[in-house]
Amino acid sequence: MARVEQPDSERMFPVWAFTLFSGFLRVFSILVLLAAWEILAQSGAFTPFQLPAFSRVVVRIWQDAVTGDLLINTGLTLYRALVSFAICAVLGVAIGVAMSRNKIAHWFFDPIVSVGFPMPKIAFLPVVILWLGVYDVSKISIIVIDAIFPVIAATVIAIEGVEQQLIWSARNMGASNRQVLTQIVLPAALPQILTGLQVALPLTLIVAVVAEMLMGGYGLGGAMMTASRFANSPGVFAGIVEIAAIGYVLVKAMALIRHRLLVWHQESTERS
Amino acid sequence: MSTLARIGREAFRYTPLLLIALAWETVSRLELVSTTALPPLSEVIAAWIDMLKSGELQNNGAASFYRGVSGLVLAIGIGAVLGIGMAWWKTANILLSPLVEIFYPLPKSALIPVTVIWLGFGDGSKILLIFLGCMLPVTIGAFNGARASEQVLVWSARSMGASKLRMLWDVVVPGAMPELLNGIRTALALSFILLVSSELIVAQKGFGYLIGYLGANGNYDAMYAVVLTVAFLGFAADRIYLVITKRVLAWRE
Repeated sequence: MARVEQPDSERMFPVWAFTLFSGFLRVFSILVLLAAWEILAQSGAFTPFQLPAFSRVVVRIWQDAVTGDLLINTGLTLYRALVSFAICAVLGVAIGVAMSRNKIAHWFFDPIVSVGFPMPKIAFLPVVILWLGVYDVSKISIIVIDAIFPVIAATVIAIEGVEQQLIWSARNMGASNRQVLTQIVLPAALPQILTGLQVALPLTLIVAVVAEMLMGGYGLGGAMMTASRFANSPGVFAGIVEIAAIGYVLVKAMALIRHRLLVWHQESTERS
Repeated sequence: MSTLARIGREAFRYTPLLLIALAWETVSRLELVSTTALPPLSEVIAAWIDMLKSGELQNNGAASFYRGVSGLVLAIGIGAVLGIGMAWWKTANILLSPLVEIFYPLPKSALIPVTVIWLGFGDGSKILLIFLGCMLPVTIGAFNGARASEQVLVWSARSMGASKLRMLWDVVVPGAMPELLNGIRTALALSFILLVSSELIVAQKGFGYLIGYLGANGNYDAMYAVVLTVAFLGFAADRIYLVITKRVLAWRE
């Protein structure tokens, strides 16, 4: 257990062997987990209702894929989450920029953000349903309400943190206000703004799933609730696997985009 | 004088919220929007007081509080141990980090129907949901914090003959504290989201249930009252947590 004592032991192997080995280990724990799931479910320790075997869940996902339900549900959930994410990104950065450049905007939004950010905005879901019904508009609205605050807060803090020297030198060289904003302030603030977006992205999925569960209809959340109502537990577990896959892909894609956008920044050379 | 100035500044700072409240009352009183969709704020407050008198608010609040606190305590306890363990023992890290990496991005609300399948409609399923949903942010906070604990401190403690456990407790845990506390803050916010959503979707008591129940019966002023209560409690919990964090980290100054 006390491997911490010899941190250099890895160097005994060539680098490629170590990469291969650690790659194997990563897959290994996941395989062990899946195998444990399958064995536990087959052993009869749990009823198939409590824990359907992994193989049955895979079959169920395959059936959904063949009938086309998988595509519709995944597509709708992704559509809702990503449209809301785009709105959060544009509107959140816009409000953040406005707050840091305009006194009145700051005066108006500052208390709203500082009170609204820590609130569990999901509690407003029934209010949103009351106002906008149960279709996409209301789903997207509640997602935006929930996920926009980290973006606004990150933008404001990021812009505050931009070095004054950068702005002064740009001004000195005759840059207009607009140029200072688009060519100096926003790029310099980009790492932190992206961090805000990286907080917002998983939130959009969490809320999208809850909204779909509560309002029903198509979408992965709705499909899970339907399955749950019919005591169809392979359907419920299939939903989890699908939603987990979407979450994983989106989070990884976001990290990749961050890496791309920040190639010029020192952080991308620090990470491998 | 300076306190007066400070009160004045704070009042000025929060005027927008007051303006919104006033706008709400006016818009609703003038019936610019339907009063079902937006009952006047004064009636919402009246409904809130009624529910407080009948004990409806406290009863459901107690159920939510019990679920939230139990789930969070489990998540913090087990999550912190797991995170520090992963930073301390390489084997644990190698075995567990792929699982953390897979489960961390999972939108935790997807677990709501599964926890119901496992533990039914009562307290157990909500506690399990909050525990599962809030554990990983704590784990990751503890892991990052413990890993970043300064190597120099670890070496000097070791050269002074500190035992492994002593070192863990006296050097690594305090060093991990800031990031750990940050992870717990994320968990706190998540716990409110998960609690309210799971109660909205399946429950027989609790704030979320009350909101859904009142909404379904068209009792909208009371529904607004509960919604605002939950929102305020979430805000207050975060502020209180920040004060506690400052206290705990006072030694670092």
